[in-house]
This record gives sequence, C-alpha cells and structure tokens, in this order.
Amino acid sequence: MQKMKLVMVGNGMAGVRTLEELIKLEPDLYDITVFGSEPYPNYNRIMLSPVLAGEQGIQDIILNDLDWYKENNITLHLNKKVVKIDRKNKIVYAEDGTEAEYDRLLLATGSNPFMLPIPGNDLKGVIGYRDIQDTNAMIEAAAKYKHAVVIGGGLLGLEAANGLALRGMDVTVVHIMPWLMERQLDQSSARMLQKSLEDKGLKFLLEKQTQELAGDADGRVKAIRFKDGTEIPADLLVMAVGIRPNTALAESAGIHCNRGIVVNDTMQTYDPSIYAVGECVSHRGTAYGLVAPLFDMAKVCANHLARMGIARYQGSVTSTKLKVTGIDLFSAGDFSGGDATDEILMHDAAGGVYKKLVLKDDKLVGAVMYGDTKDGAWYFQLIRDGKNVADIRDHLMFGQSHLGNSGHQGQDLAAAMPDTMEVCGCNGVCKGTIVKSIKEKGLFTLEDVRKHTKASASCGSCTGLVEQILASTLGGAYAPQATTVKPMCGCTEHTHEEVRRTIRMEKLLSIPQAMKFLNWSTPNGCASCRPALNYYLLCAWPHEVQDDPQSRFINERAHGNIQKDGTFSVVPRMHGGITTPDQLRRIADVADKYKVPTVKVTGGQRIDLFGIKKEDLPSVWADLGMSSGYAYGKALRTVKTCVGSEWCRFGVQDSTQMGIDLEYALDHMWTPHKFKLAVSGCPRNCAEAAIKDVGIIGVESGWEIYVAGNGGIKTEVAQFLVKVKTKQEVMEYTLAFTQLYREEARYLDRTVHYVERVGIDYVKQQVVEDADNRKALYERLLYALKDAKNPWAKDSVNTREFEAITL
Amino acid sequence: MSNWKQVATLEDIPSLGSRVIKSAQGDIALFRTAENEVFALLDKCPHKGGHLSQGIVFGKKVACPMHNWHIQLEDGNAVAPDVGCARNFPVKLEGGAVYIELT
Repeated sequence: MQKMKLVMVGNGMAGVRTLEELIKLEPDLYDITVFGSEPYPNYNRIMLSPVLAGEQGIQDIILNDLDWYKENNITLHLNKKVVKIDRKNKIVYAEDGTEAEYDRLLLATGSNPFMLPIPGNDLKGVIGYRDIQDTNAMIEAAAKYKHAVVIGGGLLGLEAANGLALRGMDVTVVHIMPWLMERQLDQSSARMLQKSLEDKGLKFLLEKQTQELAGDADGRVKAIRFKDGTEIPADLLVMAVGIRPNTALAESAGIHCNRGIVVNDTMQTYDPSIYAVGECVSHRGTAYGLVAPLFDMAKVCANHLARMGIARYQGSVTSTKLKVTGIDLFSAGDFSGGDATDEILMHDAAGGVYKKLVLKDDKLVGAVMYGDTKDGAWYFQLIRDGKNVADIRDHLMFGQSHLGNSGHQGQDLAAAMPDTMEVCGCNGVCKGTIVKSIKEKGLFTLEDVRKHTKASASCGSCTGLVEQILASTLGGAYAPQATTVKPMCGCTEHTHEEVRRTIRMEKLLSIPQAMKFLNWSTPNGCASCRPALNYYLLCAWPHEVQDDPQSRFINERAHGNIQKDGTFSVVPRMHGGITTPDQLRRIADVADKYKVPTVKVTGGQRIDLFGIKKEDLPSVWADLGMSSGYAYGKALRTVKTCVGSEWCRFGVQDSTQMGIDLEYALDHMWTPHKFKLAVSGCPRNCAEAAIKDVGIIGVESGWEIYVAGNGGIKTEVAQFLVKVKTKQEVMEYTLAFTQLYREEARYLDRTVHYVERVGIDYVKQQVVEDADNRKALYERLLYALKDAKNPWAKDSVNTREFEAITL
Repeated sequence: MSNWKQVATLEDIPSLGSRVIKSAQGDIALFRTAENEVFALLDKCPHKGGHLSQGIVFGKKVACPMHNWHIQLEDGNAVAPDVGCARNFPVKLEGGAVYIELT
C-alpha cells in the first residue's frame, strides 16, 4: 500500500517533537517531508541563552542531527521557506519553487519576535532574540561594540542582557512597566531580582517609553531616545518585547487565525487535513511561548496523526525559571491573586528570600519564589494536580521536606552546589554531569535524566535535587508531569488508578487479559508494569487470580534477596523478634552445612544468612524448617518490638505479644511496597515505632496507632491515626489501614507516599470515622490472607528453574 | 567448524523466563520469549556483571535484576542510552530441542 504523505512546515522543537512521537507510535504510516527556513537541523532554542553567555557552542544544542532525519527517512529541505499552500490540490510551495504534495500537513511555523514600530527599527544592529542568527549577531556585536540596550524586561530580555554583560558589554535594560517580569513576578520579588542583577552590573530604566532609534552615517544604530527627551548610547539594540505567532503562511491559505492559528483540542485547524503545533498556535484563546506546553501539544498531535484518535490537549499550566547563573527565581500558575484567593507570604528581605503562595478554595493556584526555589517543583506539581491542600495548609509554606537525608551531604539547594558535588550517592553522579547532559543531550524530563545519567534512578532520594537542576537548567521548559494523569509506564496510556479500577470493574483475572482489555501497546509489558499488574490482580481478586512468577522480581520468585554476586540471602520469620534455642541451633547448623560466609542480625531484629547459592535455596529452607521472613519482598517485612511489660520496668503494655500476634495476622501478605511495623510497650518507644508504616505505642490506658512513618530514603515521622483500648481494636484498625493501603496505593509507593497523596484526614475518615468501612476493610484483608502459606514449604515454589544445566 | 550442542528442550525453560547453562565459557543464560523464541547470552550484564538470567523477560528484552539495565536478547546490546553488550550465542530450535553453538 502506498504510504500517506505528511509535510511539516517549520523545523523547530514543537514540530520535530511531534514527528518523534509519531515515529514512536507509527514509524511507517507516512512519507515525511520537512521544510525549515533556517540552515540548521532542529536545535534546542531554550539553550540559546547559555550559547550567548559563552557556556556552550551551537553544536552542543543541536537536538536532531542530519543523521536523525536520514535514519527516519525524512526528506529535509533546509533553508527553504514555504510561501504558499494550495489546499485544493494539497501541495505546498517553497520560495525557490520546491513543492511537496501532502495528505496531512503540519504547520509548526513558530513565532517571530515583535519589533516595536518605531523610527529606526530597521537600522543595522537592531535585532530580535529568537534564533541562532540573532545569537551570532549578538556575539559578534559584543566583540566590536560597547553599549548594548535591551528593550523588554521579561525572561528573554533579561537572559539576553545577562549574556551580553558576560561578554563584556555595558548593558541597559529598558522596560515600559514599573517592574521586571511583570507577567511572572509580583512587585516585591521583581525588586529583589532587579537588585541582584544590578549587583551583576546590569542597568535598568523602568517605565521608559521609547521614542525612536538614532543611527550613524553607516546606518548603524547609535542611540535610543525616550519620550521624556532623554537618550542613551546603543551600538546594539535587542528587542525582546514579546513574540507574535507566525501565521502569515496559514492566513495566506485562508486558514482561520486569531492571534495564532486556531486549533481545537486535537490540534486540528479549521482545515481537517491540516494540523498545527507550537508557538504559532492559538488554543482556547491562548498562545504558548514555553516549551513544555508545546511538547504536550506534540504528543496529542502525534496521537491523531497516528490515527489513534484518543488524546486531547486541554491547555497547560506553565512555570517560569530564570536561567541566570546565581539567581534563583521560580513562578508558576496564577499568582496575582484577587478577591477569591488567599495569599500566604514570607518575605525576608535581608536574607534574600521571598515566597508567595496563592490559594483558591483550598487549592494552590500560583506560586512565586525568589532566593529559595527548592520546593518549586513540588508546588508546581500541587498546582497541576489541583490537589486539595486543606490539611497541609499550615506548613505548606515550609515546603515538602521532600529531599532524602543521605547521599548528597545534606545539601538540599541545587543552586548552591558546585559542579563537582555528588548529587546521586547511589550512582555517583555529580551536578556538573547532570547539567552537561541536560544541555548537550537535550533532556527535558526527570525520566530523560534518569535514563541518561542514572541520577535519582536508584533509590530516588535525590529526585528533588535533580528536579531543581532540571528547572534551573531548562528554565520555563521544565514541567513535571501531573501525577494524576501520569501513565503507569511506557506500555500504556492509563494511570495506576484507571488500571486498578478496570481490573475490579471488569473482573480481569490475568495479566494477558488485563493487557488486552486495556489496549497495552507492548505484547507482554515491561519490567515495570508486569510486577504492578500482578500485584493489582492478586489484590483485587484474591484466591481467584493465579500468581505469575515470571512477572515478579527475582527476589520474590526465589524467595531470597539477590546479592551482587548472584547469591541470595535468606531471612527466616521470627514473629515479633522472638526466637528459641532450637531455632538458633537449626540456623547455626544451616550456616555450618552450607558454609554461610556471613550471618547478620538485621535492622528489623531478624537473622540474615548471606551467600546462599540459588540451587541450595530449597534445601536450606527444608533444613531450617522455618517460614520465610519475606525480607526480599513487597510484603510484610517484620514487626519490630521492644521487650514490653513482661520484663521491662517501664513497660505498660505487652508489646512483644502484640507484635507476635500482628506478625502472625499479616504473615504472607503482599503489599504495594515493603511494609514494616513496630510495637513499643511505652512512650519511650524503644521499637522506633514512629518511623514505621504502622507504629503502635502502648500507653497506660491503651494503644496509640501511628501510620505512614518511614525510616529509609525519606525519614518521615508517622502520623497519629487513633487511640484504642483493646488488643482486638489494635488488630482491627491496623489491618483496616493496611488493606486501605493495599487497595489504593500505587505499586512501589510506601505508605508515606500514599498518605501524602490522599491526606491523613481521608485515611481517618475511611478507617476511624466510618466503622462499617473499617470492618469491611478488615474482613477483606482477613479473606485475602486466608490459607496463605509459607512459600518455603515443600512444593510451593517451582524450583526446577533454580537448577543449572551443566554441559 | 560448527559446534552445535543440544542443551535443553523448550519445555525446560519457563515462558518469559530463563535457565542457566554452566559451560566452560562461563554461565550462559537461556531465555524464552512469549512467542517461544529462544536466545542465549553470557549471563553477565555489561554494566556491573549482574546475572541476566535472573531478570524479568519482556518482548525480546531482559531487565537486569541489579540496576535495571535493559538488554536486547537478539544481540546482547544494552538498550539506549545505556551502552554495552553481553556476548550472544547462536541458538536454534529443532522439534522442541534447543541447540546452541559454542565456539
């Protein structure tokens, strides 16, 4: 069959991203032709500032080199401006006569800098700031001339001014408004910004209206005159007063435009065979000038070009971060406030920190930060998710305390870190490496950085730092994905919640069935979605779904913890941390018999035998005659206990027995992530119950139950859930909370992440206030765990594959 | 000179799973995909030597259990942007019997 023809006009970031997304979905649907008016392949426009500042060269910011076009069989016409679209015959014509027929046309013509209509705007040395040519013109001018004037105190103008100053020019920024970046900043933060830029040597003229530009005998700009009669010298004049969607071509073809090429939610213009994406577009009355929304558009457009027809673009919330080294500034959403909004404000002028949060109906709608932007990504996420923040409102201003505690020397401000400092302690990645990769490889998302540098890809505790580095390197181009719509993995468009709901509603009982019903895009998923699906199925339909060992990580298949040399470690269950001489003797015998090199007491009060060969696992289990301790699984790990009232002179409750009972009750339980409990017999809390998923603390009059604590990557003190009187109540509330977590958390979310997402008030409502619901949750967990058996018992695991084949 | 050797039957390898062969050249991981294709790689991830045989098999790839590198079963190459290659061995299936070519 003959392929359809897709022609793209414009060779910039939005358009090429659309092609990349399309090729991912349907590599062979179209013969693709691209027209670009510039002599370069697609480059990273947002990195023009670092090029101007001398931090990078042009070759570093090319995103798709010529080979990329070749490899994807794309016909590329560089330096050719398309001047006519014949919609009737579906042909486009370039200036030099080149023509191309199309079945689908994609307009990605971008935008032009707006040039003020003042006398002298056509003089030599008067330029916009838009592309490589402009950037080169500025670099050349900086080498020859002294005085630069930038008209426009917005993001682009300030970055241009900063770059020119770094190249040795004397730079004045002229701005018509009373403060800088008035669209992104309020007056207070703008003043702080201005002060820091003045300290770097920039000069500012605010509320100045330009009258005209004066030229010299050669026709080069020489001065700028204002309406108040004053003038200053200017050998280079950069206009950065805004952009205008480039609609000339579309308009000439009779396509409806209104401050941009008007498109619907599927990125279609009024001509159904013509699509448009990027800065040239007007969507629901808005034209976007930042790269993150353009990528969202690209994804939607590609989906429709690939004839999948399910994606919709519904507009974007944008954020801004100024890319000026040493200045930390962030803004997002609608921060100007109004009658219907509340503001939370913190202003430390001497300390150089300013933060403003704008809330509407208990939701965060805008944020401005200066001096300390470490929580910018978190606030942005809250804005995009539209999350109700009522129960964290009192400490919202103080940020998320999101960053992990170890692995990066306690540092939580990326801006303050030198390039040589290690950000990711797991993979040994320094800040400089991350910055370099973002710039040179054209990375835009956290996932990109994880793939390319491995930073934050292991334990994830430095995620916040990596996000900060992304935000400060990319500026407004960085947009964390709204978690409410984030697909489970690359194999599906569906979120965790949609998948779980569908599994329940449609009674899906196997991974292939779920994948088929939910239109998985891969034949058998990936290493990320298969374990999640296996868990979701088992959790939704206990006793009906057959466990799929091949969709489990090796630890849960082999019921041991794989070590770096490929051997396993084995931890037998000791309920409540209580053991007997007989058990210890057996453990010692096994250690002797299998020449176990290391025997260690774990953090959870159990005994760990290291260095067991896979093929020895079945006989080790048999010789131990004990149950698996699940020290390897997304499962109940241990219930840590203190001695309690039986022996301890301070103990007021029998914490040991409580722990033993809980560990029996929850034994063999699979959970979204590992699950740890502790029971202390008095408020001295020797079992460290405050950092467990469920922590129970005995008091004279009963038991206090705390949930969602964490002691690992992210130290988080557990939150109070309820106080109860009897052991039976402890059991009921604990199991009910556990089941709520099992049913609602996303796979690989600990309780701390889950409760952070839904809020402790919600958990209390489900488990404490609603007694019927609590009982139902409790019963569901008891049912799920009914007849659960020790996986180390004879014949419960298919151990044939444990044996190696010897040649 | 070819040196084909029968090492297993298809039934010996779980679907979307693997078996390990002890050979003079080191451990070899034998993988079986959902489509019943069989591939053989040296059981050593090019990253830090993780045992690929213990990973999750999906499509024609395996995820190393150590640091989740994805390795292509057909040629042993790591999936970009990771770079590296696990040695691969030619495999043929004849009537349910699995042969690999050892050199």
